[in-house]
Amino acid sequence: MSKVETTYREAVRAGIREALQQDERVFLMGEDVGAYGGCYAVSMGLLEEFGEERIRDTPLSESAFTGAGIGAAMGGMRPIVEVMTVNFSLLALDQIMNTAATVRHMSGGQFGVPVVIRMATGAGKQLAAQHSHSLEGWLAHIPGIRVVAPATLEDARGMLWTALQDPDPVLIFENALLYNRKGKLAAEAGAVDIDRAAVRREGDRVTLVTYGGSLFKTLQAAEELAAEGVAAEVIDLRTLRPLDDATIMKSVRKTRRAVIVDEGWRSGSLSAEISARITEQCFWDLDAPVARVCSAEVPIPYPKHLEDAAIPQVPGIVQAARETLGR
Amino acid sequence: MGLFKMPSLGSDMEDGTLVEWLVAEGQAVKRGDIIAVVETQKGAIEIEIFEAGTVGKLLLDVGETAPVGAAMAEIVGAGEAPAVASAPAAQAPARRAPEPGPVAASPPSQVPIASGERVLASPAARRLAAERGVDLASLTGTGPGGAVISADVLSADTLSADAPAASTQAPEAKPREPATRRGLAMGEMRKAIAAAMARSKREIPHYYLQHTIDLETATAWLAAANAERAPPDRLLMAALLLKASALALQRYPDFNGHYIEGEYRPAEAVHPGVAIALRGGGLIAPAIHDAATLSVDALMAALRDTAQRMRAGRVRSSELSDPTATVSSLGERGVEGLWGVIYPPQVALIGFGKALVRPAVVDGGVVPRMQVQVSLAADHRASDGHRGALLLNAIDKLLQTPEAL
Repeated sequence: MSKVETTYREAVRAGIREALQQDERVFLMGEDVGAYGGCYAVSMGLLEEFGEERIRDTPLSESAFTGAGIGAAMGGMRPIVEVMTVNFSLLALDQIMNTAATVRHMSGGQFGVPVVIRMATGAGKQLAAQHSHSLEGWLAHIPGIRVVAPATLEDARGMLWTALQDPDPVLIFENALLYNRKGKLAAEAGAVDIDRAAVRREGDRVTLVTYGGSLFKTLQAAEELAAEGVAAEVIDLRTLRPLDDATIMKSVRKTRRAVIVDEGWRSGSLSAEISARITEQCFWDLDAPVARVCSAEVPIPYPKHLEDAAIPQVPGIVQAARETLGR
Repeated sequence: MGLFKMPSLGSDMEDGTLVEWLVAEGQAVKRGDIIAVVETQKGAIEIEIFEAGTVGKLLLDVGETAPVGAAMAEIVGAGEAPAVASAPAAQAPARRAPEPGPVAASPPSQVPIASGERVLASPAARRLAAERGVDLASLTGTGPGGAVISADVLSADTLSADAPAASTQAPEAKPREPATRRGLAMGEMRKAIAAAMARSKREIPHYYLQHTIDLETATAWLAAANAERAPPDRLLMAALLLKASALALQRYPDFNGHYIEGEYRPAEAVHPGVAIALRGGGLIAPAIHDAATLSVDALMAALRDTAQRMRAGRVRSSELSDPTATVSSLGERGVEGLWGVIYPPQVALIGFGKALVRPAVVDGGVVPRMQVQVSLAADHRASDGHRGALLLNAIDKLLQTPEAL
């Protein structure tokens, strides 16, 4: 299997290009996705290749263009709506929550909304408190939509196509720090499942559960733990809703300890949900309280050193894992 | 006024369930009276009282479970007025409830689990310990905050290979039925033995000594003593071995006592626990009180009475809590020798094999002699081998003059 050097950004673009080539119902819309090539340069070159009909720059109104995307999906199209960051998606929350997530239910199954909404999430690029939050946990709270978070090149490349096949709304969260990440991707890489969590590293002493931008920090933490003789298992959730309980619980039953690494805030978070499920389903297998490494409960700061201090980092993950082992 | 509390009937006992009150409120009791039957891991135990007085309020209902140390009843001492009448005593402010004493004000159901004594253990450790009959309190935790975790239970459970069998239990082990049935609960007893023996091997640095004792003189003395006796009154060699052991333990207090909280505490009297195998499995080692001062005849009677009661499942609390050392005698159906496991917090176990006629060298010639092998398993924290050798030699010497026992 031949592999090619690529970046996360290029992998996302390859996924969009394939979808545009394979299905004429697919089009991309969002702020600056056309002439500018996307604020994270994901759609660079697509306007020239596919034209204005299919690569559509929109007015600066998340509610309007997300609603338009939902309407197009109900009308038989397969729109990909790009929202610059999850912070801005709050302007479209009414469309996502009150329309996209409810139409199948409220129409008695007559209408579905096969829209895909992509957005950037996460801190680390000094974009300050209105562009840096990780609110995917809020959106993963909503029944009626699927929420995925590709972390690897394979998932960045392959989740979009599968999401477009889903008859209901799918939200894709791309951590902004990952766009420049380089790696090797199989030349023939294609669609991947969006149902299951993946074990990214095997171990038997502690389970580290994470997703998205924190995956690589967590893998680095596992590497440091291995140097201390602690074999940590790393689970990449991939899909935040619905959660793949089976994979999480299987691992926790083996290791008896869990640390959840989530760039979201701690209170009322996805990490809280996962912790609750572990306690509900694995209580009698636990040898330590479930631990969490989350963002500090502050608006993400602008200064680099404060921004770094506010979000999960490798030393904190290593320390949390050590503590579950009584070290 | 005193409180009668749930006694500890062994280091592995955490709580007991009241099966039956054998006294009523207002009844006079004296030291040694059996006043209640309590179900424990070892079965239903008859609980004795160690003071004289009048039973006041009974604080525990039949069927209730209370931890060791929890109040079971009020006892009004001799000369004291009953609590009911005397509560508004001079020194007590009037608001101190007129009728129930201060203790009665808090129902027994609130007494259990003194928070300071709660074992810090993970859910996984608790589940495993319950499945395998391991006493969590006896383990040293290696988890967060010193919590006992599953790995600690697994490493402590020396019977882990037998664990599946232990959790399903032998057929005779019916589920524990508190408050309904007297007798020894075999399944629970197995668990208690497992916990005590695992703790012993984990914590006690055993050392072992062995010696062979010539029993020709003792055998001849016994035959003469039994010649005129009817079978039920005959003395057994076990009584002589026990008496000799008790006298030796009295002489060497390093072996007669308890190792508690990091220090050895010699006992004042010698109450050897006598290991008695039970039909259907299991083992119990009740104390023969003051064995060193009993005549051989009295000791024989005590042995018979104790063995019969144990096998009938009637055990007294003091018999379980008082042993100061253990004497295990395999008897005629046994083998030549045994190496004991000390019952914590005791510090010694004297083990006699089966008495056998064996070739021995006497005056330069090989002759058949009746002999017994005696072993000592002792706690090296409390004594050293030299003292152990003196103990075994003392038993040997005592058995050479059986008439003096």
